[in-house]
Amino acid sequence: MYPDDLKYTKDHEWVRLKGDRGIVGITHYAQKQLGDVVYLELPEVGRKLKVQETFGNVESVKAVSELFSPVAGEVAEINAALVQGPEKINSDPYGDAWMIAVKLDDPAAVKALMDAADYKAFVESESR
Amino acid sequence: MVPFGGWDMPVEYSGLISEHMAVRHTAGLFDVSHMGELAVEGPGALAFLQGATSNDVAKLADGQAQYSSLPMDNGAPVDDIVILRRAADRFLIVVNASNIEKDFKWLSARGPSGCEVRNISEDYALLALQGPRAQDILQGLTTIDLRALSYYHFVEGAIGEWPVIVSRTGYTGEDGFEIFAPPAHAEALWKSLLAKGKDAGLLPAGLGARDTLRLEARMCLYGNDMDETTTLVEAGLGWIVSLDEAKGDFPGRSLLAEQKKAGPPRKLVGFEMVGRGIARHGYPAYLHDEATGHVTSGSYAPYLQKNIGLCYLPKAEAAPGTEFQVDVRGRRVPARVVPTPFYKRAGK
Repeated sequence: MYPDDLKYTKDHEWVRLKGDRGIVGITHYAQKQLGDVVYLELPEVGRKLKVQETFGNVESVKAVSELFSPVAGEVAEINAALVQGPEKINSDPYGDAWMIAVKLDDPAAVKALMDAADYKAFVESESR
Repeated sequence: MVPFGGWDMPVEYSGLISEHMAVRHTAGLFDVSHMGELAVEGPGALAFLQGATSNDVAKLADGQAQYSSLPMDNGAPVDDIVILRRAADRFLIVVNASNIEKDFKWLSARGPSGCEVRNISEDYALLALQGPRAQDILQGLTTIDLRALSYYHFVEGAIGEWPVIVSRTGYTGEDGFEIFAPPAHAEALWKSLLAKGKDAGLLPAGLGARDTLRLEARMCLYGNDMDETTTLVEAGLGWIVSLDEAKGDFPGRSLLAEQKKAGPPRKLVGFEMVGRGIARHGYPAYLHDEATGHVTSGSYAPYLQKNIGLCYLPKAEAAPGTEFQVDVRGRRVPARVVPTPFYKRAGK
């Protein structure tokens, strides 16, 4: 449920480090909490993001949730196919449902985020 | 689970969209025990209800139900209700969960004469079995002849050994039943309905699907689409306002009569989002760049696969085709007034 090669935030985003890029999505726990996702809003390519900055919104039938960037950098790519078919966020949160690729200001900063074991413990403490 | 009017209620079981689609295609089972029940009984019950409700109670025969409301002098409802006539002098009123105390006090304060108003909400659990397969499923558990039970009619009988009221009513836009049962047997009834309906595709359904289903069918939700500030005619509920002389006077009658004749100053309309975005309850609406009220209900509609909602617009700008905007968190997204209901089941 929480792949080992990813880093995680308390806002339930994940980051996959690929060279100088960070690929960002939301976690299995986040999609489960949201329920059926029906709408996604992503930023323009080229936008500069700070850590914790809102980079979009995801909506299920019943709720709206903001997306917070786990990393700082410039949006290099967005997953336009996911905007058209956001239900993939429920079915494949770590694969097809990547949201944005960010050219990182500081790739090393990603290491400070939670690893899978820490995130799993965090989620368990939150849902208790 | 979410707290709702003092109850812990599931928003969804297996998933809102699958529950919603189950009700449209096969069947869904809802626990709506939070709804309230008031008994109005005695030789003066009919006369009392004629003076306290907006629809014509005299039209009811034994075993018949009627959608109605408790209007105030300003033409707005204290609550919207369903009245069941159990006998000429015995009526059961089904009221919204959040309004049970308010309705009871309102009716009591009107000084019932020749009848008694009692809050018997604790006496009933309420399960709603809704969808095209509802009749087949329920028929497998009862000797009540459901084919003979028409829409907005009810029977008092039994499911197995449990005494129940089975009413052909609902809040989803589908055929279906609402089953009033003693709370002690509710869990067993819930389980046996689910077991009986399993092969047909029956799913337990939560508050979330209940809300999207009723919105597609353009059924008003009290507290969202209507409240103590919106008249019945504005809310599109003029059809539950009876001006029949035999019914006599009731609160707000003259104002409602005037609005029925001349049209209300504003109307609750259905709309579809034209631009990308989901309208939600409370989002501001703009007409020609001027604020014109708020979205009263809004959602993604799972069956229609559109983003829809309800909103009050000035009478002159309420016709289908009218374009306006919904402020979706700072972004003005175009919307268009459409005919309602958004969804109507086949053959109805």
